[in-house]
Amino acid sequence: MADLTLAALAAQLFTGLVLGMILVLLAVGLSLIFGLMTVVNFAHGSLYMLGAYLGFFLLGLTKNFWISLVLAPLLVGLFGLLIERVLVRPLYGRSIDDPLLLTFGLSLVLVEAARLIWGKIGLTLDPPPALAGAVNLGFSAFPLYRLFVIAVTLAVLIALWLFLEKTDVGLIIRAGSRDRLMVRALGVDLGRIWLIVFGIGTALAGLAGILAGPMRGVYAEMGVTIVIESFVVVVVGGMGSLLGAIVAGILIGEVVSLTTYFAPKLAEIMVFVVMALVLLVRPSGLFGETGLME
Amino acid sequence: MDRRAFLATAAVGTATLAFPHVLRGQTKDPIRIGFPSPLTGPFAVLAEDQKKGAELAVDELNARGGILGRKVEVLVRDDQLKPAIGAQRTKELIENEKCQFIVGGLAAHVQMAINEQTKKSNVLFISVSQSDEISARPDGGPLTFHEALNPTITCRAVGSWVAQNLGKKWWIVYADYAWGKQCNMVLSETLKKNGGTVLGATPYPLGSAEFSAHLPRIQAAKPEVLMSVTPGADNIAFLKQAISFGMKKDMKIAQPLHWLANAKQAGADVMSDVYGGINFYWELQDTNPSAKRYVESFQKKYGTPPQDYGCYSYSAIMEIARGAELAKSTDSEAVAKALRANREYDHYKGKQWWRACDNKAFQDMWILKAREAGKTRGDWGLFDVVTRIPGNEELERTCAEKGIA
Repeated sequence: MADLTLAALAAQLFTGLVLGMILVLLAVGLSLIFGLMTVVNFAHGSLYMLGAYLGFFLLGLTKNFWISLVLAPLLVGLFGLLIERVLVRPLYGRSIDDPLLLTFGLSLVLVEAARLIWGKIGLTLDPPPALAGAVNLGFSAFPLYRLFVIAVTLAVLIALWLFLEKTDVGLIIRAGSRDRLMVRALGVDLGRIWLIVFGIGTALAGLAGILAGPMRGVYAEMGVTIVIESFVVVVVGGMGSLLGAIVAGILIGEVVSLTTYFAPKLAEIMVFVVMALVLLVRPSGLFGETGLME
Repeated sequence: MDRRAFLATAAVGTATLAFPHVLRGQTKDPIRIGFPSPLTGPFAVLAEDQKKGAELAVDELNARGGILGRKVEVLVRDDQLKPAIGAQRTKELIENEKCQFIVGGLAAHVQMAINEQTKKSNVLFISVSQSDEISARPDGGPLTFHEALNPTITCRAVGSWVAQNLGKKWWIVYADYAWGKQCNMVLSETLKKNGGTVLGATPYPLGSAEFSAHLPRIQAAKPEVLMSVTPGADNIAFLKQAISFGMKKDMKIAQPLHWLANAKQAGADVMSDVYGGINFYWELQDTNPSAKRYVESFQKKYGTPPQDYGCYSYSAIMEIARGAELAKSTDSEAVAKALRANREYDHYKGKQWWRACDNKAFQDMWILKAREAGKTRGDWGLFDVVTRIPGNEELERTCAEKGIA
């Protein structure tokens, strides 16, 4: 055990916030897709990995981090559209297990494909020079790039919130996730909406990947553990709840960060301890509605 | 080719096809060395280097007429870094492929699984990666040899040097598995013996990519030396993150081992000024004649300088050849006895020797400091050689301490 000064606490909380932000981006995408289509997208971690590799590839091509940061998620989103249209769509109306198995298989294919294309050895992605180095936050030196990750995530979340709350398409998405039959009866083409949502969800995974690349490196298996943690975040937040995904993502990031400070050996399992505790008190998660899984 | 030569060749070819057993009887069966190695998985880069070293040794041996006049073959098999698969591959190599000797293994737990099989079949095994257990009771044995450095030797040597030269207040970050834990233990003891203090030691799960939550606490503790026990890909992620927190400015960074492949992948911006130990670095060729010969031979076959782990496999296969020639036999017990009786050898970096009581190899190692960007030499000239640490049995536990006196 170590004693914790106020400065150290602040540094630890900031670190946890960055861990949380990546989880939030992944969990929001998962939750969006699950909420509307009850599809558990197991390929989400592989799309995260794909985002990082595409970021690396585009950076080599354009020599510009900012262009890559915009293009890589868009390309992953386009790939998401393709997955929805070609692979997932034929499975709607079947049991929840079918798309789960399909996307699980897809994730294995993507990991192998990445190994074939980019090799078994990881790649290094550098942050842009403008974001290299550390800034003094008063309590501690902190990497500028990590502050940037917080800012980008917040901006994307606000944009997503505006889209869902203020636009007609957003209204249909919200309505569709509440009562699919009723929306259909009103003459809305839900197929198009599903496509859009799948695209947005997977693009967010791609964004998380390229944002994480300069911090953690780029390698084929990078999505394997984090997809599990993201599912935990979705479950803790409540299946299908966006606010839940955000709150739970930050909560888990902070819990992991603080546990690492006091008892590093326990940090890994704390993710699951939080899940167990939350589910004991609230079986459908922090912000979950009952009945979604039935 | 004139008609006569063509006819002669054709005749020999036909004879070979018609009577293969006759021809084979004349040249004798090749000597086969089985080589399990984790060609896929997190240590794939090091395994590839192991394979290159082994194949170079076989090429050189065959070029000078093989062992006891017989051709040599090395059979490399993927153990996937899993003990059960390592054991299975070893069994197949010995029983189905009729290998007379086994060399290989990477990571202590797989070496131990391989060793169990070779012991069962009474086959000589030369282990070529770090492990404290493999040359101690209960794993060690008369037919188990250990060519590589081990955590005790590495961390006593590097630890003492760092304590005496870089600072006596340390923070240790270590991967929470056998090698990492042993290093942490030995480093802590060594630092205390040198009058220093371990301000803190944090374990993390092997294969992590995210270290940031460990860093604020280390920053606040202000150690003089950050000791990074982070193998494989973890090494790059850890250094990169520590540097992004501005830690290279505030403290020296050292690690028990450098790996050339890691340093190349990480780049000089990340690796510069990081100190570490190593069993071999190709620029030693400037001063060391054995190294010069080895580097030239390797460079000729592969077009790049040799790395670190491949040297162990090269040397181990050369030792099998030397033992068999001395014993005039491919019998494992005879070869082992011959090696113990003729302890000294030199295949790639100067004098090494076997200690007879535990079949452990003793050898020089070096402390390296990574060069800054702009000061590197070609693609692979990434380190300055700071000092040589001569091979010394006192750096290792005694055979009594290892339970085999």
